Amino acid sequence: MTAIPLAHLLILAAALFTLGMIGVMTRRNVLVMLMSVEIMLNAVNLTLVAFSRYHGWTEGHVLAFFIIAVAAAEAAVGLAMVLAVFRLKQTVYVDELKLLKR
Amino acid sequence: MSMELILFYVLGGGALAFAAAMLLPNVGRNPIHSALSLVGTLFCLAGLYALLSAHLLSALQIIVYAGAVMVLFTFVIMLLNLQPDEIQPVRLTTLKVAAGIIGLFVFGKLITAITLAAGGAQSVDLTPHSAAIGGATWEGGFNGYGTIREVGRMLYTTFLVPFELVSVLLLVAAVGAVVLAKRSLHYIDAPTPPPAKLNRLANKPEAAATHDDHGHH
Repeated sequence: MTAIPLAHLLILAAALFTLGMIGVMTRRNVLVMLMSVEIMLNAVNLTLVAFSRYHGWTEGHVLAFFIIAVAAAEAAVGLAMVLAVFRLKQTVYVDELKLLKR
Repeated sequence: MSMELILFYVLGGGALAFAAAMLLPNVGRNPIHSALSLVGTLFCLAGLYALLSAHLLSALQIIVYAGAVMVLFTFVIMLLNLQPDEIQPVRLTTLKVAAGIIGLFVFGKLITAITLAAGGAQSVDLTPHSAAIGGATWEGGFNGYGTIREVGRMLYTTFLVPFELVSVLLLVAAVGAVVLAKRSLHYIDAPTPPPAKLNRLANKPEAAATHDDHGHH
C-alpha cells in the first residue's frame, strides 16, 4: 500500500501558509506581498486537496477550483491597483503610501 | 519507503524551499527573483496535486497560476521598470521581528492542532481504487476520481450556481482591472490636470509633491 501520512500533508500546508503570512507581514514591497498572498491561498488549496483525497470526495477539488479562479481575479485587480498607485506616487513600497495619514 | 513518499518529500521540500527563498532579503529584494521563486513553488504544488490524484487541479495550477497569474506579475514588474536605486534593501526592524515571532507562534498552534486532530495513523491512501465516489466506474475499476469528467460533472450539477457566479466575478475583475489601470488617479492630489511631462508610466505633478510636503506637520 502506498500512502502518505495525512499529518505530513497538513503540516506542509501549515508551513507554506506561515511562510506566506510572514511574507505579508514583513515585506514592504507590494508586489512581494501579493505573491505571499498567493502562497497562502495555495497552502489552503493543498489542505483541501489532501482532505478530499483522504475522504475520497470531489467537493474539495471544486472548492480549490473556485479558489484558483478567485485568486486569479484578485491578482488582476491587485496588480491594476499597484499600477494606479505607482502612477500616483512613483513607488511600490507600502511604507511610502500614507495619503490618509495627514 | 515507497516512491510516492519520496516524491512527496522532494516536492514538499522544494515548495517550502522556493517559498522561503522568496522571502529571503537578498533574493526577494528584486521582485523578479521573488516571482521566479513563486513559479517554483507553484510547480512543486502542481506535482503534489498530481500525486494526490487531483489531475484537473494539477493542470489548472500550471495553466492558470504559472501561465496566467505569473505572466501578469512579471508583466507588471517589467512595466514598472524599477531602477536599481529605487529598489530598497530589506531592513530588519523590531516590528518585523515581532511579525516573524507571531508567524512562528501561529505555526506552532497549527502544528499542535494538526497533531491533536490527525496525529494518529491516518494516512492518505494513494492506490487508484481507494477513492470511493458515486457514479460510473471506469475500465479496470478506476472510478475517475479527480479527472476532468468527475470534477466537471460536479461543477455543472451540484455547484452550477457558484460556478456561474465565479464567471461573473472574473468578468467584473477583468473590467475592473482595465478601468483601474487605465484611469489616472491625479485628481486625488491635484484638482487641476497635471502638466504633460511624461515620467515613465505617467507624470507626477510638482503641485502634488509640494502639497504632500505641506501636510506633514
